[in-house]
Amino acid sequence: MKMKQLLFGMSVALSAALFSCTTQSNKEEWPAGGINMEATGEPEVAEVTGAPKVPAPVGNRGPKKWIVNLVTTEEEGIIADTIPYTFWTFNHTVPGSFIRIRVGDEVTLNLKNEANSVLPHNIDLHAVTGPGGGAAATTSAPGKETSFTFKALNPGLYVYHCAAPPVPMHIGNGMYGLILVEPEGGLKKVDKEFYIMQGDFYTKKSAIKEGLMEFDNDKAVAEQPDYVLFNGKKGSMLGANMLEAKVGETIRMFVGNGGPNLTSSFHVIGEIFDNVYLEGGTTVSHNIQTTMIPAGGAAIVEFKVEVPGEYVLVDHSLSRAFNKGAIGKLKVTGDANPKVFKASSLTKE
Amino acid sequence: MKKVSAVIVLGFLSLVCCNKPQEKSFPVANEHHELKKVNTSVKMVYIPGGAYKPFYGADSAWVTVAPFLLDERPVTNKEFLDFVTANPSWRKSKIKSLFSDSTYLHDWPADLELPPNANPNAPVCYVSWFAAKAFANSVGKRLPTLDEWEFVAMADSVSINARSKPGYSDYIISLYLQKNRQFNPVKLSTPNYWGVYNMFDLIWEWTDDFNSILTTSDSRVGEYDDKGLFCAGSATSATDILNYAAFMRFALRTTLRANYTVANLGFRCAKDSIMK
Repeated sequence: MKMKQLLFGMSVALSAALFSCTTQSNKEEWPAGGINMEATGEPEVAEVTGAPKVPAPVGNRGPKKWIVNLVTTEEEGIIADTIPYTFWTFNHTVPGSFIRIRVGDEVTLNLKNEANSVLPHNIDLHAVTGPGGGAAATTSAPGKETSFTFKALNPGLYVYHCAAPPVPMHIGNGMYGLILVEPEGGLKKVDKEFYIMQGDFYTKKSAIKEGLMEFDNDKAVAEQPDYVLFNGKKGSMLGANMLEAKVGETIRMFVGNGGPNLTSSFHVIGEIFDNVYLEGGTTVSHNIQTTMIPAGGAAIVEFKVEVPGEYVLVDHSLSRAFNKGAIGKLKVTGDANPKVFKASSLTKE
Repeated sequence: MKKVSAVIVLGFLSLVCCNKPQEKSFPVANEHHELKKVNTSVKMVYIPGGAYKPFYGADSAWVTVAPFLLDERPVTNKEFLDFVTANPSWRKSKIKSLFSDSTYLHDWPADLELPPNANPNAPVCYVSWFAAKAFANSVGKRLPTLDEWEFVAMADSVSINARSKPGYSDYIISLYLQKNRQFNPVKLSTPNYWGVYNMFDLIWEWTDDFNSILTTSDSRVGEYDDKGLFCAGSATSATDILNYAAFMRFALRTTLRANYTVANLGFRCAKDSIMK
């Protein structure tokens, strides 16, 4: 712990020094280190949301105390078309509920494993400083509830997931989500925010129940998924479920990758990311076409939509998009912007 | 936390031991009440035992399982009703809070009444380890050890050890993934090589030393403790990391405390064998 803090402090100091030398402005630097921030007031139950929605921004508020309630479930859902699959979830959704707090907040996380669960579950939040990210403290037998409290020390966008053995199976069945720890003062305001999480799915027919698909261990070990999906379902952001925005709006996407195995090459066809918070951390890069999101990692991407149309979100390892479902759409409506983009159906004379 | 509570449980047990030094086996928590004997008709199967490699532990750690007798099926609702009828202190309204959490016999509407839709021949669930031990004592038996249980669990319907067969673990996992299996009656599925039924298809089962991988710290097992069970750490101390079914059983066992009662957790009994 002490060592970690020391290293952390050194790295902050070092990066601050570096930045002051190499860049004119370090505005994008997030003030880190919530350890000395005091969380005040009585604990309140935090709003959490299923994808693609995110809770309200933290804004300018000071550090507070929160209660986050999550329930772990095992339930049949549709993975693609009409194909049922046994998902394991946090709060009944894949990905699990989006948690949004700020640096310095104190969070009491209550994890309730549903009584009709077959298996124990727990939660490892990458935003947590402490053993197992909370996994050991929250391991819950079916029907039991556990709890632990943590202080958010580092701002960033973090993955959480179930870490009960066999872990690849728990994650492969959909037990992951994102927790955003905003810096002091909050992220800059944008017009639209979305929650997107990629995962790879390995399926086979249940030997017990006709028509039901379930996790395939052999395919997972071989890292050969049948599906690579955004938000746990083929077509989760297609057709009537397309994300929507208007010309001129600024967009922020919180993009996570649950894995369990594949790294995502996240790309929006026809857009360039103005800002990418690399790996969900403090460093912001600009003018990025495709950003790498490791399994168990995340990124924040921001861009402004200038031209109407349908923008396709893909994992640019394109067989995954073309054949395995890693595809979604952002539909932008509004006036054409010929200065930026003009399509001509006529052949040049 | 787990270790602390395990120590408390052990400490408690040793206290009980001191109170009743004449008892050889781990005593059930009934020091103030005579446990009334209950008759049982369940068939017991002779298991000759043998060398067996535990799923958890050093690669070289083989364990010899001595011959023993095992109930051919889990204890049923009906049998547990008989037990609490004969032993009032183990009824839902009477059980001491030390021996059970709040969901003991959860769906039973009254002390001597099975849930309305329950099949009397379905396995009893929502019973604590203490209650399972008391039941076993009342019928002149004991709980199987973890090694005994897992030894029998190696068998499929045609062989003693099917662990290396492709599909062995997969089939068990398919069973595990089905919910509400615990409401089905016992003995409807195919028995294994030994003639033992329902090892996987209905419930999780208590073993006498269900939490032993958390509490032992001798040199043989010192390389791993409960921390090893989380995330990929669990893979480092397992001998057969592709046996996901075994992982799931061990994961479940490590989350349990002796007073826990769970919707799909029951038990069966065992006995030392006098045969050789």
